[in-house]
Amino acid sequence: MQHSVWAGFFSHLQRDFRLLARHKLELLNPLVFFVLAVSLIPLGLGPEKKVLAALAPGIVWIMALLASLLSLENLFRSDYEDGSLEQMLISPQPLYFVVLAKLLVHWCATGLPLTLMSPLLGLLMSLPETGYLPLMASLLLGTLSMTLIGGIGAALTLSARRSGLLLSLIVVPLYIPLLIFGASAVQTAIDFSQYQMQLAVLGAMAALGLLAAPFAIMGALKISQE
Amino acid sequence: MNWQWFHRLGSPRWFYEKTTGWLPWIAIVTGSLLVVGMIWGLAFAPIDYRQGNSYRIIFLHMPVAVLAMVGYYAMAIAGAVGLIWRMKMAFIVMVSAAPVGAVMTFLALVTGSIWGKPTWGTWWIWDARLTSVLVLFFLYMGVIALQQAYQNRDTADKACAILSLVGMVNIPIIYKSVDWWSTLHQPATIKIVGQSSIDPSMKYPLLIMIAGLYLFFTLAVILYTRVEVLRRESRTQWVNDLLTQSVNKRD
Amino acid sequence: MSDLLLELDHLACERDDRLLFSQLSARFYAGDLVQILGPNGAGKTSLLRIIAGLTPASAGDIRYKGQSLSSSRWQFAQDSLYLGHLAGIKKSLTPEENLQWFIAQQAVQSDIASALKQVGLRGYEHTPCDQLSAGQFRRVALARLNLSAASIWILDEPFTAIDKSGVAMLEVLLAQHQAKGGMILLTSHQDLALSGIKRINLEDFTSVHETA
Repeated sequence: MQHSVWAGFFSHLQRDFRLLARHKLELLNPLVFFVLAVSLIPLGLGPEKKVLAALAPGIVWIMALLASLLSLENLFRSDYEDGSLEQMLISPQPLYFVVLAKLLVHWCATGLPLTLMSPLLGLLMSLPETGYLPLMASLLLGTLSMTLIGGIGAALTLSARRSGLLLSLIVVPLYIPLLIFGASAVQTAIDFSQYQMQLAVLGAMAALGLLAAPFAIMGALKISQE
Repeated sequence: MNWQWFHRLGSPRWFYEKTTGWLPWIAIVTGSLLVVGMIWGLAFAPIDYRQGNSYRIIFLHMPVAVLAMVGYYAMAIAGAVGLIWRMKMAFIVMVSAAPVGAVMTFLALVTGSIWGKPTWGTWWIWDARLTSVLVLFFLYMGVIALQQAYQNRDTADKACAILSLVGMVNIPIIYKSVDWWSTLHQPATIKIVGQSSIDPSMKYPLLIMIAGLYLFFTLAVILYTRVEVLRRESRTQWVNDLLTQSVNKRD
Repeated sequence: MSDLLLELDHLACERDDRLLFSQLSARFYAGDLVQILGPNGAGKTSLLRIIAGLTPASAGDIRYKGQSLSSSRWQFAQDSLYLGHLAGIKKSLTPEENLQWFIAQQAVQSDIASALKQVGLRGYEHTPCDQLSAGQFRRVALARLNLSAASIWILDEPFTAIDKSGVAMLEVLLAQHQAKGGMILLTSHQDLALSGIKRINLEDFTSVHETA
């Protein structure tokens, strides 16, 4: 009896969401870091609202990037260590959808909560009111790209030594375009009430990532078994 | 189509033996080009009406910056060839191009910084070009660090090839983003060197330097590749013969 | 006459610049039970992983039903089952949830409850795997053998961590699979109480022997 690719895809989603549910507390780690890191800014630079507001778009975006980096380490690590990755690699189910499922669940577990929490951080940074919606919209698309690009780094460093720092070194330069357009989206929205262009670019990056990143990840996962 | 030369290129031994003959010639041409270009550019080219003598660093800065990016593409293409055709030599070239390209990038940063001091009064400025070169430097560091982090050499090669390809796809995106970002924050960007507005008397030394540095890059990669070939093929007969030969010569 | 299922053609394996074995050729037929022998580090696990498709061989070819594996990868994946050192079982999930995932990988729908009962885990279907003992944990992985329709079983040290009754149960399973025309490739440090075992000793294929 053949199982359809959709059934296989669904089984991966189901498994990863179940695992998420069993480890609910771990979801909080990047979020707590997010708040902690943003709180450092006024403590380091002084609480003057004007200063904070000017820095807010960039700071919140940078902290979202760093929080996302933190969560990447575990994307494939546990599957690699308990042998699930081996089974995925030799399974008749196409690896592309396995990887896609993992990335989507990871985004739901990290990017989505970060996006939903971002208004709180905007508040801490005295972000002007017109910036809240653009912040969430840009982060929604941006965190998706962060998971996709970061997944490439996570897969490449699976069987390498000192993978933590190496992962950051590889992934951060690739994050730079996201940061540029994301922070600019918020800032431009505040200054000129127009941010469609930046949002479109972020969307395009996410689309390219959705298409291309799984292939790079697949190659890297196969290499991790040698 | 005669693919023989392509497959012969894949033999480390063939590469080593051929380049032993070519090296002196390449070195001579490279040296001459660089010396002529440097002297012409630094001493004889006319003074720029805006920047005076300080613009002369461009004769080193621009070719080096170009090669920094070309080097990354060369590395990525070598990696792709290695992945697709399973060619050992391609991976060896990729691994050798990485440090050479990284040094080019570093030189571009340093010369850019030296240029910046008299021009903007500061050792560092976040303009489009310098920032892009800095990000390129990080990309190189990532590939080199990835190479070092793997114990198994074949796995390291394949991982670096994938990373280089991912970087290659991202470089245009990064450059465009940084370019756009710099226009956001510095609306009055002074185009230090306009592409078409360069005076012919400055053009020739620049072209000579570009050619010279391309050759220098090739020379350096060949040298690194030869060492890597010896290292990887150290168990084969021809390498052992080579080494005993050179030991005997010394006696 | 049995069908030729798998053929190894001058296989070689290199690890960390060491040639573990080379010129390994063999033919496996339906109903074969093949044990790979060799001391630690000889390359037994590497050989099984090469056949399963996880790592590429340094040289040589493998043919499945006459076709090179590189062109019949999907078919081979459908027809084979690999159980390695690492079980591929998630500790925070229950045996039932783990097996549901395995079923969706490889085309077979069967009774999970009875599969677990057959490996002696009745009643533990909904206990998270991190609450099971090492032996029970291992049995969850073995339950896959009851659910799979794969004809080729590739088992790396399947007898580790399970007790005597588990060993007996597994031997029965293996014999049944053989009788049905399936093929089994395994490594084991224990003595097997089974008949008709074909043995391949990797020491016969190391370069040390070649120069001799």
